[in-house]
Amino acid sequence: MARIEEYIPIVGQPIIDDLKLLAERLKGKVIQNINSTSVGGGVAEILHRIVPLLKELGVDARWDLIKGGEQFFEATKKFHNALHGMPVEISQKDFDIFLDTNRSNAEEVNIYGDVVFIHDPQPAALIRKKKENKWVWRCHIDVSEPNQKVWGFLRGFIDGYDAAVFSAPAFSQRLPIRQFLISPSIDPLSDKNKELPQEAIDSVLIKYGIPKDKPIITQISRFDRLKDPLGVIEVYKQVKRYSDCRLILAGGGASDDPESAEVLSEVKETAKDDPDIHILLLPQNDIEINALQRASTIILQKSIREGFGLTVAEALWKAKPVVASHVGGIPLQITHKYSGLLCHSTEGASFAVKQLLNSPDYAHRLGESGREHIKNNFLITRHLRDYMLLFLSLYHPEDIVYL
Amino acid sequence: MSESIKAKEPFIFYTRLHLSELTGLRASTLGQLLELIKEVNGSCIYHHTHRFLQQHQHLSPEPPNDFAYWVTDVLGEDELGERLASIDAIQFTTIRSLREKIAATIEKYLNDNPLAKVRFSREGEEFHFIKSVSFVLPTNYAAYDLKDFIDILSRITIDSIYYHIFEARLRLEKNTNDFSNWIETSIGDEKLAREISKLDPYTFTLEGLRNKVIKIVKRRVPD
Repeated sequence: MARIEEYIPIVGQPIIDDLKLLAERLKGKVIQNINSTSVGGGVAEILHRIVPLLKELGVDARWDLIKGGEQFFEATKKFHNALHGMPVEISQKDFDIFLDTNRSNAEEVNIYGDVVFIHDPQPAALIRKKKENKWVWRCHIDVSEPNQKVWGFLRGFIDGYDAAVFSAPAFSQRLPIRQFLISPSIDPLSDKNKELPQEAIDSVLIKYGIPKDKPIITQISRFDRLKDPLGVIEVYKQVKRYSDCRLILAGGGASDDPESAEVLSEVKETAKDDPDIHILLLPQNDIEINALQRASTIILQKSIREGFGLTVAEALWKAKPVVASHVGGIPLQITHKYSGLLCHSTEGASFAVKQLLNSPDYAHRLGESGREHIKNNFLITRHLRDYMLLFLSLYHPEDIVYL
Repeated sequence: MSESIKAKEPFIFYTRLHLSELTGLRASTLGQLLELIKEVNGSCIYHHTHRFLQQHQHLSPEPPNDFAYWVTDVLGEDELGERLASIDAIQFTTIRSLREKIAATIEKYLNDNPLAKVRFSREGEEFHFIKSVSFVLPTNYAAYDLKDFIDILSRITIDSIYYHIFEARLRLEKNTNDFSNWIETSIGDEKLAREISKLDPYTFTLEGLRNKVIKIVKRRVPD
């Protein structure tokens, strides 16, 4: 795990100095994070990095878990999908299980934080234990068009918090409490993003039989219809008529997810036996993902829907020109024509890819601007800063705070 | 020359960090945008006219204004976008007056172009009003003369430069920027103070602004 000083060569000493100044202002406050799992998923991944770094800065940050059985997680998975706006059947039994589990957790979990930082809906009902301390609900999901039954149910708890945090402006709702915008981040020192020697990149290409003879267009994402892999193949076909290139479609896919297997087989069927299309079902191997991104000429992210779409930040951090859909948190990462190209259709994406292949200088400039934009706005150091400002804001209701 | 002049009071460098607060307010037409511009908190107007400066600090100067960007790129109203982008922000010493100018610009355009009233943004591309919460805190840097000042200015964060140039003048309504104020009152170099306050900081990137101010002050402090 990287130490805070290791970020200095990337973001500069003054940024780290600012973090230390903020941490001093939080002396004596205990920040208690609570979520439902310590492994798997983006929330656990970010807490594994943020909590130790906050501690190193001198903030007393801690992390506790709630417990839940199979039925509880089935119910909260339904909640999750419903909050994303997907059609889901939710019964009274699901709400009852949620309430029962939160009730038993309320008895077992020791609440000791000056700031209690609750992540996602699973532990949201713990708010009933609120006393004089401050409570923040961190929503990691896209709730721009939530199922009203579930959202209404959760509102009964959320409204009791001191503040809520969302990842993108479109996810915010009109609430009676303060709500803040804090985007997720990438860690430039993680296996997925750290610098790689050319030999390491080449060895991954060799392993998967990908020659370096033509420009490579890549989309990294799991095999999921919302990531539109068939649309990506169509983009490749439209581009290929004019510019010779290769396509890499790489990502994980859970073997127990029947839909993922179905999508993968549709993708293979659509690709037929085109030798320039490389479909890679990768196990969770961050270094290989990193190498494939670095080996690419252009990165695509042609999603139909995205929570935030951090694969875009990962690609931009590697100074790659990116063509991506105007959905979810992607427009926060790409300002059209400044730090990448945004599109709304397959044809638009094809046009943008062709344009970039034919204008390497422009593509290079977009990639460089993109890297700077990520450096200034989407690295873990900014995330640490925002979290500390969030905790401080709980004690300062004004718009200009003198610390 | 001012190089030997010790300041009456040291210049304490502050930094300003900001957190974005969501309001849940959104507009999908020019009419809605106008209504909300008139009624939202001044910290929202400040956020949308200054966010670009900090988030896109590496870019060559671009319209530092979310309203102009949205009107042009989402609604396709290029002419209004240009009018909003070219509002001379440095001429306004209060958020209130800047807000009035933005509102009047949109209002006039809507009167002259009634068809603009019926344009809607696509779903998912609405304008979301966000408020800027500023946290101001002193750094460990203090300048006792112009030489110190240049030295610190060359390595302080751009957040600090931003605070002393933009936030102090407009949001805290100090009339001029902090650097000019200190140079005039503590160093006593009125001409140098005026040279800095004459800059239009909205047409620089923050790094460009840092270099420009250093260059101007350096002329007063020979090696």
